[in-house]
Amino acid sequence: MSDLQVTPNTHADDAAYLAALRSGDDTAYELLVRQHGARLIAVARRLLQNDEDARDAVQDAFLSAFKSLHQFDGQCSLSTWLHRISVNSALMKLRSRKRRPEQNIDDLLPQFVADGHAAEPATAWDQTADSLAEQRELRKVVRENIERLPELYRTVLLLRDIEELSTDETARLLGVTLTAVNTRLHRARQALRTRLDAHFRGHEPC
Amino acid sequence: MLTCREVIEFLMNYAEGNVTPEERVRFEEHLAVCPACVNYLNTYRTTVRLGQQAFKPLPTDADESSVPEDLVRAILDARRK
Repeated sequence: MSDLQVTPNTHADDAAYLAALRSGDDTAYELLVRQHGARLIAVARRLLQNDEDARDAVQDAFLSAFKSLHQFDGQCSLSTWLHRISVNSALMKLRSRKRRPEQNIDDLLPQFVADGHAAEPATAWDQTADSLAEQRELRKVVRENIERLPELYRTVLLLRDIEELSTDETARLLGVTLTAVNTRLHRARQALRTRLDAHFRGHEPC
Repeated sequence: MLTCREVIEFLMNYAEGNVTPEERVRFEEHLAVCPACVNYLNTYRTTVRLGQQAFKPLPTDADESSVPEDLVRAILDARRK
């Protein structure tokens, strides 16, 4: 029976917790799964858009983490470390899946006339970001529109803006250049802006 | 002066402060005379903010912090194999 009684919440708790894990303490392993599992499933579900795949990815991530515990060097928290492993596991699963037919991102990017002016000048949105962010229905609309972005762009937007990974780490995980990450992020944000603009103006973009 | 196309193309760099002081001046010269690009910049920033907030649980959301029991068991059983 384990004497581990406190669920670790902070980086400072990690050392004792890690020692319990490394000693093979079954209770410590169960606590790890129970404490971090739900958050990691949410991360995997955002990337994979499928509950079953998300569960598989999280299971793979935990098993991978268990095997690599001896490599955990404490430079980040256990929570951050597990997050990175789960993102990687979800991306591997994403790569192994057949891609669905998707809209071309160019349809959602701004168009310009020959002299460089916008073909359709942008207009202001009526409400501030703060008041908009708190609207439950709009939050759902934003999530749905992120989910509808082409996978190449959606993935980068999720990793950079939602999972808050750095450009370097995103590039490393996706195996692409920093420039490619920045280009895809900008296009993803522009495409999402186009869709939200249509939502606020009450019509669908073409 | 920069064109709208150039401003929009490099907007992320400007919005995130990744421009040189000279580039910033050129952006702001354009923004001073182009309400459409100011609108685009503001709605771009709002879009980023809405995206970041959309997946964060609201204080009134139900607690979704539990892991399905069968998944906990599956992970722990797989570890012992």
